[in-house]
Amino acid sequence: MSALNTHSRLEKILKAGHLGVTSECGPPRGSDAEEVKKKGLLIKDYVDAVNVTDNQTAMTRMSSLAACIHLKLLGIEPVLQMVTRDRNRIALQSDILGAASFDIPNMLCLSGDHQSFGDCKSGQNVHDLDSMQLVQTVRYMRDEGKFLGGDAIKRPPKIFVGAAANPFADPFEIRVPRLAKKIACGAEFIQTQCIYNIDKFKEWIKRAADRGLTEKTFIMAGMTPMKSVGMAKYMKNKVPGMDVPDEIIARLAGVPKDKQAEEGVNICVEHIQELKEIKGVSGFHIMAIEWEEKVPEIIQRAGLYPRPQV
Amino acid sequence: MIIAKKKPIEEIIGEVENFDRILILGCNECVTVCEAGGKKEVEILASALRMNFMAQGREKTIDERTLERQCDHEYLEEIRADIDKYDAIVSLACGVGVQFAAEKYLTMPLLPGVNTVCLGANEDRGLWTERCQACGSCILARTGGICPVSRCAKRVMNGPCGGSTNGKCEISKDVDCAWQLIVDRLKALDKMEDYEKVAPIKDWSTDRAGGPRKVTREDVKI
Amino acid sequence: MRLKIPANFRIIRVPCTGKVDIIHILRAFEKGADGAFVVGCMEGDCHYNEGNFRARKRIEQAKLILDKVGVGGDRVKMFNLSSGEGPLFAQYAIEMDNKIKELGPSPIRLAKQKKNKNAA
Repeated sequence: MSALNTHSRLEKILKAGHLGVTSECGPPRGSDAEEVKKKGLLIKDYVDAVNVTDNQTAMTRMSSLAACIHLKLLGIEPVLQMVTRDRNRIALQSDILGAASFDIPNMLCLSGDHQSFGDCKSGQNVHDLDSMQLVQTVRYMRDEGKFLGGDAIKRPPKIFVGAAANPFADPFEIRVPRLAKKIACGAEFIQTQCIYNIDKFKEWIKRAADRGLTEKTFIMAGMTPMKSVGMAKYMKNKVPGMDVPDEIIARLAGVPKDKQAEEGVNICVEHIQELKEIKGVSGFHIMAIEWEEKVPEIIQRAGLYPRPQV
Repeated sequence: MIIAKKKPIEEIIGEVENFDRILILGCNECVTVCEAGGKKEVEILASALRMNFMAQGREKTIDERTLERQCDHEYLEEIRADIDKYDAIVSLACGVGVQFAAEKYLTMPLLPGVNTVCLGANEDRGLWTERCQACGSCILARTGGICPVSRCAKRVMNGPCGGSTNGKCEISKDVDCAWQLIVDRLKALDKMEDYEKVAPIKDWSTDRAGGPRKVTREDVKI
Repeated sequence: MRLKIPANFRIIRVPCTGKVDIIHILRAFEKGADGAFVVGCMEGDCHYNEGNFRARKRIEQAKLILDKVGVGGDRVKMFNLSSGEGPLFAQYAIEMDNKIKELGPSPIRLAKQKKNKNAA
């Protein structure tokens, strides 16, 4: 797992044995790039790479690729998120080449939320490939230097390929086998769903480690600080595949409203500190939803700052 | 009706290889009419499979049965009494029948014996062609009774596209341009003014894209 | 007209070869026949217009299936002649007989024999 396949800083950091840190930026719902640049600059020095979401929750936004380019031009390393919902294999391959032309070195392959959650409920979905097949596609383009159709690619894309994993979705028994499948497809790093149920996550990663999976990929634990008890309740009850234990809700409810955000950050920091010690955790993916300004504080308090220079 | 096509026999042989007691289950509806999975096809497949294994000196039970429909509880129930006699069922019904049987008999391996192709018509002897994709909101009233969703390779709603040549589609000279057919028919109906009405962006939420579909009729529920 | 024809096959009479279905051919082999041939009227002379054309297509189908299941499509053939061509019928029968002898017994018959022997 030591030879480098790309120029990705994230890959270098993970392969050097450091805990990697990533965060995310949602592109704006308009054509003004300042917003995404601002968010990027805010966290630039605290993370190794920044994920740029691809029309998350199926809300139409500025394209992930365009936003990645804006960040890249500011010297921020992007992780291009790509969902299979909106583009067929021609468009996906084409965008992969477009990203590679700007030397965007990381990709996260996802299937994407169903369009019925977003602002185009009456739209078609594509799903020509699924997320695992997209992982395979990027690896094939990079490692074989070929298009899916078989023709050679001039200057194949050098992209470090990741996938998502949800340790909590049902049924639990297939969570590790599913991870194994993603790794078999070529996922070099994994960013997980937001973790609140630490015990269950530990159980999941232990099972993965027992199968040797944590030696084959870098698992970055997903962290999202709670802003309020309302958010915690919403996440628990409304967001599919999210596991928020009652004690988290109780803990947030136990402090005054104006202190809940602070308590949410405390919980997040404590969780990171706890998980740092767990075998198989290779880093953290901090998704502070519309709360990017908190990311530096979390990273500093969790002892993940300064970032290693590689 | 639902149009299906027989799977290559070697594919079925491969699927049943490891089972010793097999039921070949046909369906009397669509797949009978399109000659892919009715009683006749059941007989032929069963005979072929028996011979295949006999020729290898292997003994297998391969039985034949054809139900009125495989997409209805009451007919599928008819095999319940005999289900323990088999290790696997090869269903020659469309994908609906195969799944419905699989849902009913949880521990019974169900293997499809046909490829379900489309919703179509029996255009000629030995020729079945697609007419509908069940998009869930029919626009035939606006398109001269000819469906651009199922019959245009690009599903263009305001066609024809630039690839239409002499009434044929750009993907093949054997494929009619749906929009040529629509225009011809609008002319025949003296409704060419309809052609200039711009078709609105389609709501695909009633299509497959919106997720598995269902029809619930409170008025006929018991 | 007394013509010598091989005595090792059974004639099954049908009103028209259009009556012959794929399954009839397959059943013959399943029961242990080493070969089968179908004799129809001259093409274009079918009393039911296209019975013999249908038969030819079905024979082709049966051949394909027999090839795939290891019996061999060569064991089936369709011939066309008119009702006045007795000698030709005999000639075809001999031709078919020679062909099947050349091919040897069908694997189904061999398997059946083996099974019966084991049973006995």
